Amino acid sequence: MTHSEIDAQAGPVQVRGTVLTVRRVDAYYAMTLVAPAIAARFKPGQFVTLAVGGPDTSMLLSRAFSIHDVRPDHGGTVEFVFAVHGPGTQWLAERRARDVLDVTGPLGKAFPLPRDPVNCLLIGGGYGSAPLFSLASKLKERRCEVDFLLGAGSGDRVFGALTARRTGRTAVITTEDGSLGSRGMVTDLLDQVIHDGRTDVIYACGPMAMLRQITVLARRYDIPVQAAVEEAMACGIGVCMTCVLPVIGSDGITRMARACLDGPVFRGESVRWDDVGTIPFDAFGAPGWEPRSRRAAEQQNGQSRGGDIRTDRAGAGRAPAGGQADRGHGEHRNAARDHADGRDADRGHAERGGIDGARGEGGRGHGADPAAGHSDRVAADRRLADRAHADGGDAAGSARGGHGHGR
Amino acid sequence: MAATLLAAPEGDTAMAVDLRAKLGHVELPNPIMTASGCAGAGRELAQFIDVSKIGAIVTKSVMLSPRSGRPTPRMAETPSGMLNSIGLQGPGIDAFLQRDLPWLLSRGARAVVSIAGGTVAEYADLAGRLSDAAGVTAIEVNISCPNVEHRGQVFACNPDSAAAVIDAVRARTRYDIPVFAKLSPDVTDIVAVAKACVSAGADGLSMINTLLGMVIDTDTMRPCLAGLTGGLSGPAIRPIAVRCIWQVREALPGVPIIGMGGVRTGRDALELILAGASMVSVGTTIFHDPSACARILRELEEELIARGVDRLADVVGLAHQPPAVTARALYPSTRVSASTRVRRS
Repeated sequence: MTHSEIDAQAGPVQVRGTVLTVRRVDAYYAMTLVAPAIAARFKPGQFVTLAVGGPDTSMLLSRAFSIHDVRPDHGGTVEFVFAVHGPGTQWLAERRARDVLDVTGPLGKAFPLPRDPVNCLLIGGGYGSAPLFSLASKLKERRCEVDFLLGAGSGDRVFGALTARRTGRTAVITTEDGSLGSRGMVTDLLDQVIHDGRTDVIYACGPMAMLRQITVLARRYDIPVQAAVEEAMACGIGVCMTCVLPVIGSDGITRMARACLDGPVFRGESVRWDDVGTIPFDAFGAPGWEPRSRRAAEQQNGQSRGGDIRTDRAGAGRAPAGGQADRGHGEHRNAARDHADGRDADRGHAERGGIDGARGEGGRGHGADPAAGHSDRVAADRRLADRAHADGGDAAGSARGGHGHGR
Repeated sequence: MAATLLAAPEGDTAMAVDLRAKLGHVELPNPIMTASGCAGAGRELAQFIDVSKIGAIVTKSVMLSPRSGRPTPRMAETPSGMLNSIGLQGPGIDAFLQRDLPWLLSRGARAVVSIAGGTVAEYADLAGRLSDAAGVTAIEVNISCPNVEHRGQVFACNPDSAAAVIDAVRARTRYDIPVFAKLSPDVTDIVAVAKACVSAGADGLSMINTLLGMVIDTDTMRPCLAGLTGGLSGPAIRPIAVRCIWQVREALPGVPIIGMGGVRTGRDALELILAGASMVSVGTTIFHDPSACARILRELEEELIARGVDRLADVVGLAHQPPAVTARALYPSTRVSASTRVRRS
């Protein structure tokens, strides 16, 4: 989102929201807040942030959650879904009716809607399906056909399977343990579902690894993907700069875009999924980055930055994202953006280590390299080495913090 | 101080508190500002607060060239705090001057521009560029950056390097723009660095920057941050901020201080002011309360009214006064004996 757009749109508001209900929904919790100003501004795909722990809390970071639905009752309510991953979400789960929470929203860019009535496939991993149902109603208002493809680790972690079956033209469910629907991951059935539904557009929300593979598969069919990403956020409003990921702009330049402000919905092919968790060497402002004019001149001199280099780098670049990459898709943990408490989130991951480890993506032939042992330093060194290779060995000058080449 | 206290009009608690604060020779309507790096260039916060109503917007540190920052994860929550290792991601001075500064001025906000660089020359160039642009209220020099020419040692950790930066910045900054040096608490003797900066021409001091910290994930057995270490901020560091401000105020009573470090409420702001800060920046708290600056300003005024203080300037550094003088500020009927005042001065 550009800055002028912030000024123009009816922006988010910070309000005191009264808890209406907190319900258990299988493995998750759904909280409904009375927050008319947020409900009135909501578009599917947007999210809210909440301050947790009360006024004297030791937990300083906002918790971000996709908005599941808004309703007109009580002047306007907002519902979101979360899983308990740490003390912050635990505190939220313990709230009761009439408690008052500090809530900000709606934040972020919404799912763009197609102009024409087309076949839409909505894919959700875990409770990443939460924002898809309000999207489905909007799509149906536009006479689009809606198919659902939902997946998770187990049946109790598929959010909204019933709603999907009731409201979608079709609804395919996959679970890794086979306890609901077919055994496997959403990406296993994606080809089939695309063929059956003659899919024109894909909307997806879930773990990064799932979004990456959906984008790769959809590219084969030339189907556009709108992916709602998850990134750890501290503020959700665009000031903290923690939720960045490499995104290619319309000008072809990769920038470290804020998931909260420029996203959370991105065009699938604009995100450099393999480089998430790294600063690609050619990103705007990366160490050694230089203005385009100079790069163009370089390329005229016959120095190529071939695709082979990028492929090679992808392996190294994965390392810092390892924790994320090897979590596996269709998996329960993520989807909404409650990653402020990364430590607890990862603990959840470790408990399932056996499952995830056994079926690591590397073994699934999707070319992912969990590379868990690599440090980012190793990755950075490799990137520099790659760069040196690409530039004909002048990386030494550029390793020194972005002041251009010493030529 | 005691004389101004005695001269202050008594009674009339209903009147509004005079919150004006002096940033060097520049007067601000009130002392509450954003902390650098916690409010971008004000635009995102403007959705939640009127940026012209707080004392000033202190921008995220601007550098000469665009910068992508560090890889993610860039932050980790810690008890009453957080670690960040953003790596100064930003679009560079050109974009700032073209887009962000004019926007701030159009909204009637006062812009305190934080600058960062890897060499003394970079800082000086930035100061020059900002002096040529109209409307910069003050410059805050973020000297907690690695010195490229000195094996990456942070400028703020060495009085000589810190002074070299401030000297160069002051020389290139227009005479009517105050220059504040932002000090790091990660030093053996913050007073020595403060004195060096003031001797080099700093009009005031900002303190404290974040403290270097680290968190290790005991499940992955690796540091949580991609950048390994990060800056610790939040209420966890407030006592350190109070201590640093106290020490520097004690040594350099005439130098204005912008205090920051874990301010979450008006009461916290008052604590820093009592230690010696004339202005207070609000940082990490903004992350869970986007309208924190407006709230803290309101709360600070209430705290002052509750204590019968009608002028903010009267309580700046008041904690340094002997108990009798402090009591005089709070309870106007208390008599301050001449001997007390003489002993103090």
